[in-house]
Amino acid sequence: MSDKVLMKGNEAIAEAAIAAGCRHYFGYPITPQNEIGAYMSKRMPKVGGVFLQAESEVAAINMVYGVAGAGKRVMTSSSSPGISLKAEGISYAAGADLPAVIVNIQRGGPGLGGIQPSQADYFQAVKGGGHGDYKLIVLAPASVQEMASLTVKAFELADRYLTPVMILSDGTLGQMMEPVSLDFPQQQVFEKPWALTGTKCARPKNVVNSLHLVAEKLEQKILARYERYKAAEQNEVMCEEYLMDDAEICVVGFGISSRVARSAVNAARAKGIKVGLIRPVTLWPFPDAALKAAAKKVKAFICVECSMGQMIEDVKLATEFSKPIHLVCRSGGVIPSPEEVVGKIEELMINDK
Amino acid sequence: MTTQYLLAGFGGQGVLFAGKFLAYLGLTKGKQVSWLPSYGPEMRGGTANCSVIISDDPVGSPIVNASDVLVALNLPSLDKFESAAKPGSTIFVDSTLIGRKVNRADVCAVYVPATQLASDNGMASLANIIMMGKVLAAEDEETVKAALVKAISAKRADMIELNMKAFRIGKSQ
Amino acid sequence: MKTVFEKPKSLSNVPLHYCPGCTHGIVHRLVAEAVDELGIEGKTIGVAPVGCAVLIYEYYNFDMAQAAHGRAPAVATGIKRADPNNIVFTYQGDGDLASIGMAETVHAAARGENITIIFINNTIYGMTGGQMAPTSLPGQVTQTSPYGRNPSLCGYPIKVCEMLATLDGPEYLERVSVHNVKFVRSAKKAIKKAFENQVNNKGFSLIEVLSTCTTNWGLAPTAALKWLEEKMLPYYPVGVYKDRSKVQ
Repeated sequence: MSDKVLMKGNEAIAEAAIAAGCRHYFGYPITPQNEIGAYMSKRMPKVGGVFLQAESEVAAINMVYGVAGAGKRVMTSSSSPGISLKAEGISYAAGADLPAVIVNIQRGGPGLGGIQPSQADYFQAVKGGGHGDYKLIVLAPASVQEMASLTVKAFELADRYLTPVMILSDGTLGQMMEPVSLDFPQQQVFEKPWALTGTKCARPKNVVNSLHLVAEKLEQKILARYERYKAAEQNEVMCEEYLMDDAEICVVGFGISSRVARSAVNAARAKGIKVGLIRPVTLWPFPDAALKAAAKKVKAFICVECSMGQMIEDVKLATEFSKPIHLVCRSGGVIPSPEEVVGKIEELMINDK
Repeated sequence: MTTQYLLAGFGGQGVLFAGKFLAYLGLTKGKQVSWLPSYGPEMRGGTANCSVIISDDPVGSPIVNASDVLVALNLPSLDKFESAAKPGSTIFVDSTLIGRKVNRADVCAVYVPATQLASDNGMASLANIIMMGKVLAAEDEETVKAALVKAISAKRADMIELNMKAFRIGKSQ
Repeated sequence: MKTVFEKPKSLSNVPLHYCPGCTHGIVHRLVAEAVDELGIEGKTIGVAPVGCAVLIYEYYNFDMAQAAHGRAPAVATGIKRADPNNIVFTYQGDGDLASIGMAETVHAAARGENITIIFINNTIYGMTGGQMAPTSLPGQVTQTSPYGRNPSLCGYPIKVCEMLATLDGPEYLERVSVHNVKFVRSAKKAIKKAFENQVNNKGFSLIEVLSTCTTNWGLAPTAALKWLEEKMLPYYPVGVYKDRSKVQ
């Protein structure tokens, strides 16, 4: 315990990125993620890195595209409206098979929305956001420790699968402090023979590009990319199961909602109700197998979300609509309370009798 | 065992720092802790509050909706959060700045003239720590100091002793 | 036997796709010559725009990135900052640089980003079929200004060099033309200097090249060169708009 420090989630992301070897950060101010830029502006010059406040989110993501194209680890961060602006650049990076880490500390939307925490960018992160056939690997931390460790993981996944990886978090986790250990495993070094490093007149040129005017060639590119996605689906799914062994009701939530759900599960257990929690850590690839297995055991699911219900669609697909799926949600920056979740759990138990 | 603290006051009263100190105290004692500030426009001169949870088990929701301990440093905070205190919980009130008594009969109210004490002792900015001295009166000095050392940035290390003094003033109330 | 003329090493063998009479080919070659002469082919990285020059990454032998529309200066910033030893340039048209990418252009210039920008101004969107550009002249007929560009409806052309010259950031801004041999020669000098500045870590250089668009202007190659000289030169005077090395 003694080597742990209290850090804000946003700061933990920034420090973890540096620990992962990221030496280039580009961003544009937006609440509630400004601690990331502030931290980077202080730390980057001290580790020989580059912090640059870009003129817009659009410019920032394209600077990311440049550094990623040059083969270096690079990160940008923003909050919901800013991620919409980055969508174009994310699509280009996906189309050019570039590894990069994009952090979304979500706030309420649509539009300018609010600045309080939200999870309403789930669809944007998991189902697209930008144009075209592509996926992002999406990681959803649920603690400040995971803000750090999943950021390190994100860089590794980006390099391994040659894809942008998104950390999908929210204002609560960004702003809150918890104890963090900043000891990370040794980083694997990935060779990047495709990178723009200058030919040194010693190799054929490299081109970082998403344009393929011959339809069949573009299709080949996409098929190759989807082979990598398939490998990610096989190897990289992460989820946490809590008290699921004898559970009759399964609560599903990610990020801050999973914290609320965990409190609710504990409170319901104290009342003798057999309830457990499945927390997706990777939102894409989604933990389909864990949910499908749970559907064979439990009587019902309750999804907890800080949105009008987005992840619930993936739960329905994963469980093939085989069990009733309920929703406890708040939107606009409001977080559901554990009591609201317990209320739903109790309601289901009563109806069951 | 889980204790949910809600600390609230004006921006500038050191509510967030008091919470950070509290969180470090929990960390020093090997507990699970979380610290969550309110954020947004109210940070700029309006009301500020933070939720601190100290627990033997992993912390679930970091949001304190019902407090075990409420520390109110101004009237709007007491007005806003009194009703959210759990039955049987404790409410600490800065009686210099809050003219009224706690209305609830099912909670324990503790009144400390923290702002007056701070001003009497030439430590106007430390009413927050005087208050925490009363809240954490049962803690031993060594743990308190260890937490303060962590909570106060190295650049301001000269402030540690003054904070200890403020803590003792609160503790002796 | 003495070689008096050959293809620059930096140019690939891929045939250019441009229309007859288009001046992109000339400017591509001038860039290649500058890179060859400075001996920087092995560390040069180019950034392609969206527009007629979108396929420029096919035409050089050095590393190339293809950028989103207007974002080339931001992409170039990233590439340059990833390894400041490399020589990074963008090649952009008027729609890319002066319309959708204006923010990236101005801010790269304001930062004095140590990159080189080759800006092709031919007063029209070529790739998409001849729409009005931010540099289209008053009265100019385009697909989207069929009655001639009317300044009272859609404002005035943007003079990029003049505008950027108001900033403290840029090192070197020059407008050149390629409508005849004499002008091509001075364009070459300017382009080479813009790369040289970067080699010498002097900062942001932009060369605006007045160019033709035979197809969308609806003119034969020679007529297009004449139109450039007669219509564009008066509105967009060639010359050095900023050169910090010349300022005391």
